[in-house]
Amino acid sequence: MTGSIRLVKDELRPPGPPPKRHLISVADLERDDVERLLGTARTFAASLERHVKKLPTLKGHLVVNLFYESSTRTSSSFELAAKRLSADTLNVKSSGSSVDKGESLKDTALTLGAYDPDVIVIRHPQIGAPQLVARVTDAHVVNAGDGKHQHPTQALLDLYTIREELGRLEGLHVAIVGDVLHSRVARSLVQAFRLVGIHCTLVGPPALLPRELQAEMTTDIAAVATADVVYVLRMQSERMQAGSNYVPSLREYSARWGITPERLRPGQKVMHPGPMNRGVEIDPRVADSVDSLVTTEVRSGLVVRMAVLYDVLTGGPVGVRALAAAEVA
Amino acid sequence: MNTHALTAGKVLLDADALTRTLTRIAHEIIEADPELADVALVGIQTRGVPLAQRLARLIEERAGEAPDLGAVDITFYRDDVTVRGGEAPLAPQPLVRATQLDFPLDGRTVILVDDVLYTGRTIRAAIDALLDYGRPAAVQLAVLVDRGHRELPIRPDYVGKNLPTSRDERIQVQLVEVDEVDAVLLVSRPEEETR
Repeated sequence: MTGSIRLVKDELRPPGPPPKRHLISVADLERDDVERLLGTARTFAASLERHVKKLPTLKGHLVVNLFYESSTRTSSSFELAAKRLSADTLNVKSSGSSVDKGESLKDTALTLGAYDPDVIVIRHPQIGAPQLVARVTDAHVVNAGDGKHQHPTQALLDLYTIREELGRLEGLHVAIVGDVLHSRVARSLVQAFRLVGIHCTLVGPPALLPRELQAEMTTDIAAVATADVVYVLRMQSERMQAGSNYVPSLREYSARWGITPERLRPGQKVMHPGPMNRGVEIDPRVADSVDSLVTTEVRSGLVVRMAVLYDVLTGGPVGVRALAAAEVA
Repeated sequence: MNTHALTAGKVLLDADALTRTLTRIAHEIIEADPELADVALVGIQTRGVPLAQRLARLIEERAGEAPDLGAVDITFYRDDVTVRGGEAPLAPQPLVRATQLDFPLDGRTVILVDDVLYTGRTIRAAIDALLDYGRPAAVQLAVLVDRGHRELPIRPDYVGKNLPTSRDERIQVQLVEVDEVDAVLLVSRPEEETR
């Protein structure tokens, strides 16, 4: 009988409205979510090959980009992603806004929340800022980087880039090289790689390899030799110059861990989340080589962020657990 | 789709009747559009795509010339993506499938092909999607079943079968390419509408 199966389905439906969906950490994602997001991104990539590049999908929706830290790639790609999906965009940067006058994050979020945004994309130097915004507004929240914690859309766009370039994810070996300690990108990547079955090795100076990350670690740059992809992190030199001694000097760092053509084999792909310090963590010859995927990553960023905006408004269970955890805390 | 619902309905068209119906539509297209080189068949994902393929084959068998074939996915053109205020969408969004239009649309007569014509909202979305790829000379519509209950001013140019239904009923088209069997069924239990 046709009814029986349907009835069971109805009973399994949770009572009340489903929790609001956010993307705050890669830890919120299951393998299926990653598959769905990368698949959606791919169909968006196809739509960008058309003469008319705009889709009407999110017409009438408002996406607020709230950036408390400087950004070129992330903020521009979120803005363009929203526009390509016909959403309205509102870009608020900390400098030049009331943040300069000392307005707190909570009050800024409440103010912007009064415009009934559907999605708030936030970058903030403090860990947990996206959860705060999720608590005080009705919007879906997408984390565009919070302190040293997470940058989930960067990890997703890197997975997308790797799969488009190498045809698969599972079983690959990626070496992440450089300032892992200060890198939210590395934290998101390590989780994302584990989720899809990519073997990951962290390489860098001992003081910049945090022990809490669950990945293989080494200080020996020769470890990049066996990797399919060498993922170079930005040397956060502004922190080095502040008198800290994570590495003896940038020149010393460059000599021991800088990615030069001599340390790579032909065909080995090189990635970097940007912005690059040419001549410090990456040799300009590597950055401009045919095996460099740096601009491919930027292109991936647009379609993956389109997929994320579409997904938080329509799709699967992104971020439910993270918010529930934040609510308890 | 759940197979229990598929087998439980009343059969309106069996495999033979379905083939006869498609053959008749193919003949009508050949008669109406003597310049077959200008015609392109574009199936609406999911079941419109195999239907368009079959029509193209039938037209080629009879006229010796196969029209261009494409597929369009309307997911990103739906008018029910989300409900305002951050609540969940009305119905789960369908899987996004490929849009494939490997030929220029400008100046062509594009015949959209779908299995069931109901509210007309799918067709509205498909027309919008199509127009983002180019400017066809004309857009026509071929459907296997017209079940009535239009909510938009849309009318088909080629109809396999008119089947007046109540809104509680559901027309289920099954095709070998997707469902392993050819049939059109009337299912009485209402379901989350997807069109």
